[in-house]
Formats: sequence, C-alpha cells, structure tokens
Amino acid sequence: METTAKNSDRMIVNMGPSHPVTHGTLHIVLELEGEIIVKATPNIGYLHRGVEKLGEHLTYQQFIPLTDRLNYCSSLMNNVGYTMAVEKLLDIQDPPRSRVLRVLCSELARIGDHLVCIGINAVDIGAFTAFLYLFRERETIYDLFEMMAGQRLHSSFTRIGGLFRDIPPEFEPLCGQFLESCPRTVDEMESLLTHNPIWADRTKGVGSIAPDNAVNWGYTGPCLRAAGVPQDLRKAQPYLDYETYAFDIPVGTTGDVYDRYLVRTEEIRQSLRIIRQCLDRLKQLGPGPVIIEDYKIALPPKEKVYTRMESLIHHFKLIMHGIEMPVGEVYSATEAANGELGFYLVSHGGKSPYRIHVRPPCYPIFSSFDEQVRGRIIADAVSVLGGMNIIAGELDR
Amino acid sequence: MVIERIEAQLPGAILEHHAFRGDETIIVAGARFLEVVDLIFGEGYQLLLDVTAVDLETPEYRFEVVYHWLNLASQARLRIKVPLAEGAAQPSLVSRFKSADWAEREVYDLFGIPFEGHPNLTRLLMWEDFPGHPLRKDFPLDGGDLFCSQDIGASFAPEARSLNA
Repeated sequence: METTAKNSDRMIVNMGPSHPVTHGTLHIVLELEGEIIVKATPNIGYLHRGVEKLGEHLTYQQFIPLTDRLNYCSSLMNNVGYTMAVEKLLDIQDPPRSRVLRVLCSELARIGDHLVCIGINAVDIGAFTAFLYLFRERETIYDLFEMMAGQRLHSSFTRIGGLFRDIPPEFEPLCGQFLESCPRTVDEMESLLTHNPIWADRTKGVGSIAPDNAVNWGYTGPCLRAAGVPQDLRKAQPYLDYETYAFDIPVGTTGDVYDRYLVRTEEIRQSLRIIRQCLDRLKQLGPGPVIIEDYKIALPPKEKVYTRMESLIHHFKLIMHGIEMPVGEVYSATEAANGELGFYLVSHGGKSPYRIHVRPPCYPIFSSFDEQVRGRIIADAVSVLGGMNIIAGELDR
Repeated sequence: MVIERIEAQLPGAILEHHAFRGDETIIVAGARFLEVVDLIFGEGYQLLLDVTAVDLETPEYRFEVVYHWLNLASQARLRIKVPLAEGAAQPSLVSRFKSADWAEREVYDLFGIPFEGHPNLTRLLMWEDFPGHPLRKDFPLDGGDLFCSQDIGASFAPEARSLNA
C-alpha cells in the first residue's frame, strides 16, 4: 500500500474491516483532505479461505458446498454456474425438468440478491424503511429455498447432471403467493425511493462511469448495464434455454448509483416474469427425472442401491473414485446477480480438478473503487459501495 | 476467425491452438504476447474478464498464465495462454486494461509470478509477510505450521496433505 508523506495534512480514515457499511469484512483506507477523498485503498483478503486450493483436493461433487459460500446472498446461482461448468467439461446436459427448475431457482436467487443489495444500499444511506419492506419478501424467497434444498442459505441444491431433488407440492402455492406479493413490495419500495429527493441527492451522479471505461475495468452485470452496455449473458450467450423465455434487459444511461438501483429494480420485475413462465412450463412438463440416469456421473437412487448389486457398485465407485473426467479445460460463465460468474476448470483426468478458478463478478468492479470515489465525500463512498453490491465471500474466495 | 487473422498478421506468434468444448484457445510465446494483445484489442476483444495461472510443474516451463477475453460486439470468447518459466516475468497489461490491475496482483500473490510494468505489484489476498505462494502445487494444503512455529516457512509439511487420500 502506498503511504502518504508523514508531514502532509491528510487524514487517514479506516473504513472497516468491521464497519456497518462494509457488509462482510472489507477494509478501505481513505485519505482525506477535509471531507474530500483524495485516495481510497481497498485492502481485501479478510475472507480468503483458499477455495481454489481446496478445490484441487476435493472431488468435483464435493466442491458444490464451497460454491454456496462465494456469493452467499444468491448461493443457488453459484451452484448452477459451477455444475454447468462441470457439465460442459463432461459434455452432458441435464434433463428438461431440471433445466426449468434451475432457471426458476436462479431467478429467485437473483431477486433475493437484488432485494438485499437495494435494501442495504438504502439502509447505509439512511432510508431504513425500504430495507424492512424488502426483507419481508426475501424471507419468503428463503422459505422457498428451504422447501427446494432443505437449507435457507447454503443450499447446495444442484448435482452434476441435474438437481438434488424435485420441488415439493407445497412449493407452487407459496411461489404463487410470492409472485403476487413481490410486485406490490417492489412498488412500495419504489414509492419510498424512486422519487424521494433525499435518495436522488445521495445517488444521482454518484459513481457515474462511461461505458468504455466500465468495460475497461471489467464491469459486468447490473453495474455495466447501468452504464449503458446491454450485456446480459442470458440474452447474449443463452444457456439453460433462456432464449425461449420472454424477458427484457433494462439498461441505464449514466452508470451512477441511481441507475444501478433502477436497473436492479427492473431486473426484479423481469425475473418475476421468468418465474411465472417457469411455473407454467413445469405444469406442462409434468413429473419427470431431475437428474440424468447415467450412474457413472450421478448417484443411482437409494432404493436401487439397497436392492441391486450393480447400483451398489456404481454408488461405491462414484463415492470412492469420483467421476471419470476427460482431460481438457473449460471456462463456463453464467449471468449471476452481480454479473458474469465464471468457472475455469482444468482437468488432467482423475477425480479432482487440476486447477479450479472462480471469476467473481464483483472483484473487477470493486477494483475501480478508488476511481469511483476520488474527489468525492465520505458519504458518497458509502453509497458507491452499496451500489456495487460487494459480497466479501466471492471477492476474497 | 480471429486466429487466422493473428496467424496472417503475426506469423509464428501462435504456438498452438485448440477449441476443446468450443472454447477457442491459443498458446502464445511470451515474447510476442503484447503484439497479439494489441491485435485482438483492435479486433474487439476489449473486455479482459480474467487473468489467472496454472502451475503445471513441467520441467521446460512451470507456469501457464491464462487470460480470458470477451468480444462484446460478436460475443466471441478467446483464451490466451502464455507459457512461463519459474522466475520469469510476464508483461503487465495494466496500461491497456484496468481490470488487469487486481487480477495480476492476485496471480503474483498466489503464484509468485512477477508482472513487468505493473504500477503497484503487492500482495492482494494474503498479508504482506506471508511466506510462499499458496496456489503453487508444492505449497501444502494445510499451509504448513504457520502460526505455531518460530521459524516461519521452515516447518512446511514435506508433502501436501490431501483431503481424499
């Protein structure tokens, strides 16, 4: 870290590592002249757990729980992104019902992530009410996750080749209720924030960024779209049959915190549209398998393991020796709530990846923090930090 | 195809290329790397998504520095790999891509690969006096005995401990 000359008049202020506005353990060293930020030095790594190193020693299946802990606000989307990378390496496709369910849970997770981001951004700026309204909806999303995966936060819902299980019958009524109540809550939130002059004062023009500069910084996701670049992998490089769903990509103009808020708000509405289509498709598809029936990749059902010799052998081989992986390397990217979530897998055969690398979306975004806040006041740093939606779990890995 | 255009304009720069599972990959000699980057930047590969490395432990060159680019106009992706011997430096891309700043610092931190021309090449995820580079294959999984020993670094476990052994 560069340090300023000792005799200068600058004041050094440490924001974090344990500070209410740095959700997660982030440390930012601010150099101030009066209240103007002259330099901001993010100091990350407090939540570094060596996920990539651990991945080299775990089987492909065992890595899934670690992906929950990357972006813990939308863990299901990380599960989907990782298993899709492994499936790309294996060159397999999950069953149709699993694909619809993956879209469904990804969009629920996206809504959850955006609700948290907007709510927290508002709370940091001082608008506490919107936060409480939004968290009511987030609670329902977590109830839905609990029904799906049996876990609220660390879902580990996907398996290589499909899903852990199908959704229970109680899922659909609750999801229907959510589809009714969530748009109302988003309207309420908008009536609290969108035309609120204090919110506008604190967010408009703060952290604005030109499109080419955002691309140069490696921005993806809502922050890039707010800057006016209509890049969404769900449309641009469709996966999980996203090309067959009807939805729109909101795009901002200035890239400031206000535009990021508007883009996220509209994305919530578009995700609700996709969820509605998912539920219709699930009805059309009817019951069916949610995981492939290739027992060299996916575990055979328990009742077969207990009754049939061959299934028992498959089970034993999969647990003890893992999946037989082809030699090669893949990079697979999905549109997570924060932007492009990429997994780079290098396989030399064998049960563990030779190298596994995660490309977290908020990592390049956060690296531009100094440029975003330089010459502004501390209060702006708080709103920029909220608008970037930094999740320390995926930032530090 | 961008690969043919690179081969036409910079003959000999591409050592090898393949497209496993549709991922276009080119392996570029370190000396020609910046020329290739200039060329693909003009071709529209302007979003540098990621910089990382792989410790191959091969005798002729130990590391492979891996870059992932995205062309926003055509939505094409390109992976460039540069073989690198232990102790050799890789030219930095910070002057052209700001996203290379932290990405290169991370590779420096976790693999010990220096980047020539980086304005602030310091550790990012690990603390400053951390001994060793954790993502190298000879670094033990349990990190050695960092906190209990006086002679930091000397007491590394002789072999990496595997979770599945």
